[in-house]
Amino acid sequence: MEFTAPAGRNLFDSSKVVGKSTQRIDGPLKTTGTAPYAYERHDVAANQAYGYIVGSAIAKGRITAMDLSEARAAPGVIAIVAAPETEPVGKGMSNNAPLFGGRDIAHYHQAIACVVAETFEQARAAAGLIRTTYARADGRFDLPEAAPQAPLAKTGGGKPDKKTLGDFDAAYAAAPVKFDGRYTTPDETHAMMEPHATIASWEGDKLTLWTSNQMIQWGKESMGKILGIDPENVRLDSPYIGGGFGGKLFIRSDAVLAALAAKAAKRPVKITLQRPLVANNTTHRHATIQRVRIGAQNDGRITAIAHENWSGNLNGEDGENGTLQTPKLYAGANRLTANYIATLDLPEGNAMRAPGEAVGHLALEAAMDELAEKLGMDPIELRIRNEPEMVPGSPDKKFSERNLVRCLREGAERFGWSRRSAKPGTVREGDWLIGMGVAAGYRGGPTQESGARVSLAKDGGLKVETDMTDIGTGSYTIIAQTAAESLGVPLEKVSVVLGDSRFPASSGSGGQWGAASSTAGVYAACVELRRKIGEKLGFAGDDAVFENGRIRAGGKDMALTEAGAISAEGSISFGDFKSGYDVGTYAAHFCEIAVDAYTGETRIRRMLAVCDAGRILNPLSARSQVIGAMVMAAGAALMEELAVDTRFGFFVNHDLAGYEVPVHADIPHQEVVFLDTLDDIVSPLKAKGVGELGICGPGAAVANAIYNATGIRVRDYPLTLDKYLDRLPEPV
Amino acid sequence: MDDTRGLGLSRRGMLAASAATATVAAGTTPAGVLAAPARVPVPGKVPVRFSVNGKSAELSLDTRTTLLDALREHLALTGTKKGCDHGQCGACTVIVNGTRINSCLSLAVQHMGDEVTTIEGLGTPEDLHPMQAAFVKHDGYQCGYCTPGQICSAVSVLKEIEEGIPSHVTDDLEGEMRPTNMEMRERMSGNICRCGAYSNIAEAMAEVAGAEA
Repeated sequence: MEFTAPAGRNLFDSSKVVGKSTQRIDGPLKTTGTAPYAYERHDVAANQAYGYIVGSAIAKGRITAMDLSEARAAPGVIAIVAAPETEPVGKGMSNNAPLFGGRDIAHYHQAIACVVAETFEQARAAAGLIRTTYARADGRFDLPEAAPQAPLAKTGGGKPDKKTLGDFDAAYAAAPVKFDGRYTTPDETHAMMEPHATIASWEGDKLTLWTSNQMIQWGKESMGKILGIDPENVRLDSPYIGGGFGGKLFIRSDAVLAALAAKAAKRPVKITLQRPLVANNTTHRHATIQRVRIGAQNDGRITAIAHENWSGNLNGEDGENGTLQTPKLYAGANRLTANYIATLDLPEGNAMRAPGEAVGHLALEAAMDELAEKLGMDPIELRIRNEPEMVPGSPDKKFSERNLVRCLREGAERFGWSRRSAKPGTVREGDWLIGMGVAAGYRGGPTQESGARVSLAKDGGLKVETDMTDIGTGSYTIIAQTAAESLGVPLEKVSVVLGDSRFPASSGSGGQWGAASSTAGVYAACVELRRKIGEKLGFAGDDAVFENGRIRAGGKDMALTEAGAISAEGSISFGDFKSGYDVGTYAAHFCEIAVDAYTGETRIRRMLAVCDAGRILNPLSARSQVIGAMVMAAGAALMEELAVDTRFGFFVNHDLAGYEVPVHADIPHQEVVFLDTLDDIVSPLKAKGVGELGICGPGAAVANAIYNATGIRVRDYPLTLDKYLDRLPEPV
Repeated sequence: MDDTRGLGLSRRGMLAASAATATVAAGTTPAGVLAAPARVPVPGKVPVRFSVNGKSAELSLDTRTTLLDALREHLALTGTKKGCDHGQCGACTVIVNGTRINSCLSLAVQHMGDEVTTIEGLGTPEDLHPMQAAFVKHDGYQCGYCTPGQICSAVSVLKEIEEGIPSHVTDDLEGEMRPTNMEMRERMSGNICRCGAYSNIAEAMAEVAGAEA
């Protein structure tokens, strides 16, 4: 099915299942510990051995020697795969360094060996007996030092990533009110609860990987490139994924080494990355430096806006672009965005939940707050005053559907914004300074080609198979809802099998496109199945109504079971008409915070998000996506930071004790409101994703609330108390 | 520790075995070249017996095997999760003799004769424990990986409150302990949920606490 025009009215506009709050169909498995994750598949291959990965102890240089003799002689050891004895593997999609092989070290904790033994304990102990010596080379590990000389990054089309509209410099110089601020955001790690894990098994030249991966089709193709084998000989299976957040978009060393080790050991091998390797061995969100300049008229109208961004990565490629939302959010005729990237020898930076926008909002939306104060305007009013008609950075483009102003107004009403004191540092409750903050949020609502197979069984049960993944997002349930709606059967009659590369390729889970794309793909397959059922039972054309397990048209009415077992595949692709639109999702985020007047400790007291993201397929799980993203945003604002050792070039706090993420005590009750909007440009279901929208803005709302509470503006995230303790207002 | 007497293990033997683990940790520092280690004695296997979810389990285990790995790798009870293996995340929470612990932080041999309850012992998909049902109803999970640990902790937290065990945020140590939102959140803070389901978990727990109160 090709989606080539706005959706128009369709069966989802009178839906009975889609759009209704629905408990997850995988819930009983997940809550009883019976959903099998990658490392837990004892049943899939007999005689599994244990692999244990050793990471490089230097960030850059060469392995001069690796003594494996003691490790090889250690009890239980079956095989050792060692980098100096292995040709570097090929690079899969978005691998900035080879995941294994050779003597060259590209980053700290890059995999250099894998010990295979009969037990986990034996493999771990033997790994500790490998003696590696290195010739350390100098590396570039300091973003602030490298940034001033950094070149412009390249866009997807290979052009320098700098865009201008009008004359920013002149308009900024002429603006009566100016703001110029420099913000920094640190490196962050996904810290998903399940570390990367894979069981690999070879049968002849066919490789099966039971793994934890968000993008099955990409993974299959990448494994082909990495190992130099035909991707058709690779099968990936990831039915349950213990969190990804972008960290499992691409093949990583667990999968590669499980495959190499299984070949060496001549039996299946299971590997989980030990937690202390995850931050440096895999990918992370890059640190950024951002400069935002805004010039405005006295009435708040923006006349000039510039957002520049610096980040760094291996090979000087694939940075974190904090400017992404800026061409979309606010009006202003004279504009500049520029994205620079330095070459660093730190571990690989790559996508983490809302790459670009998540950190971009931390700068832009704090800057808007600062500008509002300079203007003496309410920050909500400032945003509303700069609501654009057309996409500000691409004035030839229309918004497909945009209700940001409604989000802001409705949020202000619900949150009690009118009770906020405009003068910072003036609301006190006992020892606590109280503040409120607001931020807007924008994240694209993209779609990707996606397919599925839908099968009707003789008993009337419906099975959906697709390589789509559920990384906690709720894919199982929204796919079941879509199939139930499309074929007119009860939800209980639908089973969903995900994550197997033998199924039709889907969009996968990334970039907030999964929900919109995969449900559209399932709908496309359901349309094919409806057609087949209709033909088999003698109904003409596509006019039949599917309802209550029956098919009905022109006075004829039959049970679906009369069609017998029947199956159809379908996929959706998206036509060029979309390029005339900016399809986005919008939110207004609010936060109330208390700051201890003596110790500077912060306590988030309330959070609210009002979201505009088209049809919400399952309000229960969509709300969870948003509150979870708000938690991660609160972490980015208040505590999360990979500490860079700029001498040795690694992230020091590479475990869950040193890298602090929000815990229960940090997070109060959270409110989420979805506007009842529909976007008929996005897909037949008129639905957009929310999982990344939720992290775009709340961090800035937290920062703005801290400013409102204390009168102290900290522009270096995270806002830990050491950065403002000495400036807290004198207690009165 | 009376139960360890029958193991035929000396204190010296246990220390030597754990030194092997320490060497691994040292191998990941940026120190470059390491001195050759002292020769490490090979740890033997010992018989271990405890009960899991009411059933007796008898295993012959490498002394370095954690309770977590005994459950996951030797008994194929994979509901208990390994998130960090260092006692930092709480995903491996199980209930031992009525008290919740991080099963990655104790060795299986320390649990001779103990009664272990895992997530599989609380309920099944067909017959959910009230806390499991409340998690489903309130969507108190997303990826599901921390969930068994959260649920084992949640069940234990309500029991700890009922038994009057105070926490860091208890206002009145002599008054009646109540399952307030802050009391529950404080006690749950050893269980990280990176998907950020905290607000929903608090609601699930409140519902169960209310039903029990």
